[in-house]
Amino acid sequence: MPAKTRVPAVEGWFTTEGDEPALLGTRCRSCGTYAFPRESYFCKNPACDGREFDDVALSRRGRVWSFTNNCYQPPPPFVPTSDPFEPFAIAAVELADEQLVVLGQMVPGTSVDDLKAGMDVELVVDTLFEDDEHEYLVWKWRLVETGAPA
Amino acid sequence: MNNDKQIAVLGVGMHPWGKWGRSFVEYGIEAARAALRDAGLSWDDIQYVAGADTIRNGYPGFIAGATFSQALGWKGNRVASCYAACASGAQALNIARAQILAGLCDVALVVGADTTPKGFFTPVGGDRPDDPDWLRFRLLGATNPTYFALYARRRMELYGATGEDFALVKVKNAKHGLANPNARYRKAVSIEDVMASPTVADPLRLLDICATSDGGAALVLSSMEYARKRDAKPVRIAAISTVTPTYPQTIIEMPNFSTDSAAVVAPPERAFRDAIGFAAYEEAGIGPDDIDLAEVYDLSTALELDWYENLGLCKEGEAERLIRDGDTAVGGRVPVNPSGGLASFGEAIPAQAIAQVCELTWQLRGQADGRQVDGATAGITVNQGLFGHGSSVIVSR
Ligand SMILES: [Zn+2]
Repeated sequence: MPAKTRVPAVEGWFTTEGDEPALLGTRCRSCGTYAFPRESYFCKNPACDGREFDDVALSRRGRVWSFTNNCYQPPPPFVPTSDPFEPFAIAAVELADEQLVVLGQMVPGTSVDDLKAGMDVELVVDTLFEDDEHEYLVWKWRLVETGAPA
Repeated sequence: MNNDKQIAVLGVGMHPWGKWGRSFVEYGIEAARAALRDAGLSWDDIQYVAGADTIRNGYPGFIAGATFSQALGWKGNRVASCYAACASGAQALNIARAQILAGLCDVALVVGADTTPKGFFTPVGGDRPDDPDWLRFRLLGATNPTYFALYARRRMELYGATGEDFALVKVKNAKHGLANPNARYRKAVSIEDVMASPTVADPLRLLDICATSDGGAALVLSSMEYARKRDAKPVRIAAISTVTPTYPQTIIEMPNFSTDSAAVVAPPERAFRDAIGFAAYEEAGIGPDDIDLAEVYDLSTALELDWYENLGLCKEGEAERLIRDGDTAVGGRVPVNPSGGLASFGEAIPAQAIAQVCELTWQLRGQADGRQVDGATAGITVNQGLFGHGSSVIVSR
């Protein structure tokens, strides 16, 4: 069976190349503020009338701000990947340099029992769902093993 | 009250909340007729109608103001319609207030009603990858309880809140709702009942999260001058806050994927939920110490605790103590959700902010049988609508 084509589940929100995937945000050329998802039209800073933005890869590591899980299958447009449904954890993660909090699913195998606020996590790219030809990708958070190199 | 831009509440009315399976128009019209009876006025006396829209019926609620007017009998009255998610009711009230304060009409009717499907709120259908409300379900599986649970877990991590603390909120609100004829759930709930209900989004359980309901609520409003000819001391709307957040919004909010960045602009003096009530206090010229009771948007039990702090009823981190000490139960220092709250009603989106004002009006008139807050003279409501619509109303007498 030929390998499925790996495609991002949403265009332009994260990189998939190489070992170090990252969320793609923007930085305003006028005031320097960050935004995720990418800004293309207006800068949210009320004191700035900037209209031009540079794409930037956001920090790949952050700290857990809060977390929860889905014990029941969410409604469409969520696409279930298992039957019966397997609960999965979701974390809100603080990025220190950008000073913003980003949501993401935790990788499979990490449950809420494994999580505490303040824990270090890093970004990975993983399968969100598949169809006959494609594997749709999304960013997820993975706990950084204690003692692993920074 | 320092605010001289006040209007009077002449009449309030509701259609009981439930799962009735009928058209939202019926609930709205029954509520409107009840409010007219309560005011001692007839449809002929109404000069202006502001409708809070539901999104459940194709077009936003058949475009609610006109549909309600037609059902009451088209007579060429002026009309407005608005949609601001959960804040729709406060927006409709605010539109009617502006008409009255501008002297463009004396008497206005505000109506909101909804009919809702079962289960999780889901985004509007179709493939809409540009809409964050669609994408959050697709990419994260983030339902509304996902966001409520993130806040609940944050309280546990920061302040040592427990599942039992959250359950106490449900126990209190269920007890309040027992006496409310408009409440959908009128059944006592124990801490054990809450803890035995299945976890939906850890740490929140089924009984921590509000249901969705059918219901309708209406207000008959007038100028103070018009009201004083009928009642020397009418219930008044002392303030309406409809503020947005101030940049950067540093708390993750539904349906967003991220907060704003605080890297360049420092966070505002007041976070969004603090700012909603603050703007109402400022407009009314009063503070939290002047408040006798509050109706807050308890989408989850834990969120009610957040609102205690957001409204200044206690300091940050002290909400658990308030619920444990019974301060926010009827008979306590500052009762919260004497109506029974969303815990007893379930959410009927465009009607809910109006229903909050109905309850405060009954309370301030001393007509809240079985759940009366003794001697109440000022109350506050608070709520927020998706994408950044603040909603808070101060009612006084
Ligand atoms: Zn800028």
